[in-house]
Parts: sequence; structure tokens; C-alpha cells
Amino acid sequence: MTAQPTDIATYNFAYLDEQTKRMIRRAILKGIAIPGYQVPFASREMPMPYGWGTGGVQVTASIIGPEDVLKVIDQGADDTTNAVSIRAFFKKVANVAVTTDTAKATIIQTRHRIPEHPLTAGQVLVYQVPIPEPLRFLEPRETETRKMHALEEYGLMHVKLYEDIARHGRIATTYAYPVKVEGRYVMDPSPTPKFDNPKMHRSPALQLFGAGREKRIYALPPFTDVVSLDFEDHPFEVQTFDQPCALCAAENVYLDEVILDDHGGHMFVCSDTDHCEKRREQGHRGHLAPETPPALEKREPAQ
Amino acid sequence: MTDEPLLRVSALSKFYGSRIGCENVSFDLWPGEVLAVVGESGSGKTTLLNCLSTRLLPSSGTASYRMRDGQFRELYRMSEAERRFLMRTDWGFVHQNPADGLRMTVSAGANVGERLMAVGDRHYGKIRATAVDWLSRVEIDEDRIDDEPRAFSGGMRQRLQIARNLVTGPRLVFMDEPTGGLDVSVQARLLDLLRGLVTDLGLAAIVVTHDLAVARLLSQRMMVMKDGRVVESGLTDRVLDDPRAPYTQLLVSSILQV
Repeated sequence: MTAQPTDIATYNFAYLDEQTKRMIRRAILKGIAIPGYQVPFASREMPMPYGWGTGGVQVTASIIGPEDVLKVIDQGADDTTNAVSIRAFFKKVANVAVTTDTAKATIIQTRHRIPEHPLTAGQVLVYQVPIPEPLRFLEPRETETRKMHALEEYGLMHVKLYEDIARHGRIATTYAYPVKVEGRYVMDPSPTPKFDNPKMHRSPALQLFGAGREKRIYALPPFTDVVSLDFEDHPFEVQTFDQPCALCAAENVYLDEVILDDHGGHMFVCSDTDHCEKRREQGHRGHLAPETPPALEKREPAQ
Repeated sequence: MTDEPLLRVSALSKFYGSRIGCENVSFDLWPGEVLAVVGESGSGKTTLLNCLSTRLLPSSGTASYRMRDGQFRELYRMSEAERRFLMRTDWGFVHQNPADGLRMTVSAGANVGERLMAVGDRHYGKIRATAVDWLSRVEIDEDRIDDEPRAFSGGMRQRLQIARNLVTGPRLVFMDEPTGGLDVSVQARLLDLLRGLVTDLGLAAIVVTHDLAVARLLSQRMMVMKDGRVVESGLTDRVLDDPRAPYTQLLVSSILQV
């Protein structure tokens, strides 16, 4: 199966060769069979630098089919460099349909957010992971951390949370907040804000994590228990925002701070651009939304 | 005291290739007893300690440990998971260099609390209260609880290491030159503290030291090692006051008199 003919080069469907895709699929299947376990895989060089989502791209390339509809987000936004480039990449090498609509996508590759729109069964969320090992900054030896996972020695993870409370009076970790999967493996949810941790718990969507530089893949099958670690007297809680989105007035969503001028002006807007635009189309208006709602130009993504 | 030993060691040997680490060491250790292993450097005492604490696997011989349920388990036949669990609950290991036994980049409180969290404590307030209690027992001020051990003096680090090991109420503690590298007044206070803790808690301990004064102060029984073999063993006072083996006589007579 090949992509559409071009005059420069012809890629195999979805860029990777079929043997590589089979190798990655085996790692994914193993990851799904052992939720939260980091499966080593032979990560390939991709036409992008490490740290730009090579792990996520390889996972997506291995599972994508001609009928799939792909959405790519970067910190929740569909229109940032990373998201636009990866979407264009797969449009070119797999000739698949792309969308910014969370509900219409079958595969969503994400960097550091889970969409606000609830995911449904049949959807796959692919995370780009920089450092898959949650214990890495506490125990630098890979041999030792693997042993700790094998023997379920996770006291050290709580040492980190203890240090947070001792220093800041509360658990100050706000992203890459460690979770325990199915009561067994402690897992790094990739640097998503801890706001998104509850969305992982018993999600009907399949969640796959790819770390290209670190050569690890792990997975959460649908409806997996994902519990954020905490102390009995300092329970896990997510960030709250004291104002709604300035553009669409959404509450209980994750907001980004946007600087407006050089005089301290700023506003908080939805980090999930698709969610924000949908709400504005439906007539929701925040206090900083333009007076006359602009005709939200229907951009074809990734031109 | 019970009528069964805590640890039974039989014909333990460790070879490094053709070199002898320690050879044919046998002894029983009873609950609440402190055994000193003395000898010059290179005599195999640290090798012996590492074998006993399962940090090294011996070439031959057996060691069995009486678990809390009263059953003897052979140490070298236990799974790694069981051994590591034993090491962080029922045992302690005090290193000569505190940096080896402490996490230097987390606070003193977290150092003491780590073992508690490792065995499943999930209540921050209780963990912290226990840490405060243990810091005071090893004479570290409560207001140092959030400082990193890097900011501590050598003596304080060593005391912190002791607190970290004793917090889970172990029954057996291994100590490798616990007073090495400390000046004499700090050494004296540490020994005093150790002696108090060992008596209060009824700990059994195996103390490796080259310092006969430490052995005299801490231990009831001692073994003298030379070239990997035990040359003499017996009650500490007897060995030091009436050494029989020529090597022990040499060792005792080599103590500097002030």
C-alpha cells in the first residue's frame, strides 16, 4: 500500500516500513496486555528532532489506516507548529482525512493535553512522551528503576510527594503527576496537567504512549483504573480556575494565560481550541470576546 | 531472650576468583546481641557483612534468619523481592559513609519517612510526626527536618542514617564502621547514642570495625578476622583482656595509649 504518487519520493503508507510497524504494534499489544508497563521498542529515526513527538508519530504511523480521521493537538491547540506539522505529515504520507473536531477523530495524537470533549469507545489517544520513567528524577539508574517496577517498590514516589508538602504545604506537582494503573504499575501520564488525570481513569478510549528518544511504549486499555497517588491527609485534587474562559465563558476546563500587551494585560482562555471554537459557534461568549462574533473562518487544517 | 538464635551462619565463604574474601565463617547471633567483627583492613570483615546482609551472594555456605513468624528462612534461597522487603523492614544497614545510605537530595524528614512510605504508610501527618520523633531520638533538632543531609555535619549525617534505618523497628542492624571518619568527641556521643538505642530497642547488631574501643563499648561478643578467616571469637571482654591467638595479642597490644 503506498501513499499518493508525488514527484519527489514515494513513501510506504504512513512513512514507516511494514516490518517496523509490525514491531511497534507488537510493543503496543504488549503494553495493552500489561497496562502501565513500559515496553522497550526499537525506536526509529523520524524526519523530525527528538522531543518533537517522534514517539507519538511512530505509534500513530503504526496504527493508522486509510479510513482513519486524524486530529493532532499541541497543548490542546490544533493550530500550533507541532500540531500543524504532524497533521500535514500524515496527510502527505498516509493520505488520511484530518480534522480538528475531537468527536469526529478516530485517532488523536496529543502533546500534553486530553481534549475537553469526552472521548468515546473506538477512539485512540496517542501521547507524545518525553520521559516515560516516573522515578527517573529520584533514581537515576535505569537498572534500579526497572527492578523497582518489577518488585513494586514505589515508596520513593511518595518521597517526592512528601517533599512537595514539606516545602510548599501541599502537593505542588501540577503536571506529569504520577498515577497507579490497575493497582500495579506507577506510570508517568506524560506532562499533561494533573487537571487531566481524572480523564484517564476508566476512559472508554484506548490510550497509547510513545517515547521516541527513550524507546518506550506503554498503554492504557479502555476502562483501566488510573489512580493519582496521594496521601490520606493530602488527597489528590486538580487545579481550579477562579474565572471562566475569556472567549467562550467555559468553566471547569483547563485555561491558558495569554498576555495581551506590555502593561500586564492578560486573559485566560481555553487551552483546547476546538472546544472553545465549538462553544463560540453555539453562542457562548466570554467577557473579552469580540462584540460581533467573527465569522469563524473554516480553515482547512494543515495547509 | 528466646531459646533460638536470630541468625545462623554456617561455613560461609566468599571467593573473588582465586582470592579469599572470607572463608568458612560460622556463628549464631541471638536476639538483642551485638556482635563485633574486628580485624585489619583487607581481613574480609566487610565482605562477610555484605554476604550476611545479602548485598553479596557467598560462594558457599548458608545463613538462615528467623523471620517474625518464628520460621527460619535461608537467606540465599529467598527471592530478591523477599530479601529487599526484609532489608527495608526487619533489617537496617548503616554505612560507613552516610552518603551511601542516605538520599542526599531529599530532606531529612523524607529520608526518615522513606521506609515508612515503602511499607505502605500514606498519611503525611503521621509520617512527619514519626520523623520528628526519630530525629529527636538521634539528637537532631526538629527545625532541621526540612533540610537536606548535604547541609548536615558528618556526625549529624551518621545519626540521621541511624534514624532512617531504625524507623521501621528492625530486629537486626548491620553496621560498617559506624564511627569511621568522625572525630573522637562526636564518636563518643554517637557510640553513647547507639548503645542506648540498641539496649532500648533490644536490637541485634553486627558491627564491623577496626576500632577495638568501639567493639569494647558496643558489643557483647566479638570475632577477630585475619586473611578472611576467623582467628578468635568469644566474649568481648575475654578476647580483649585475655587474647589467645597471636594475631589478637598483636592487635590488642597495638592500641595506642594516650
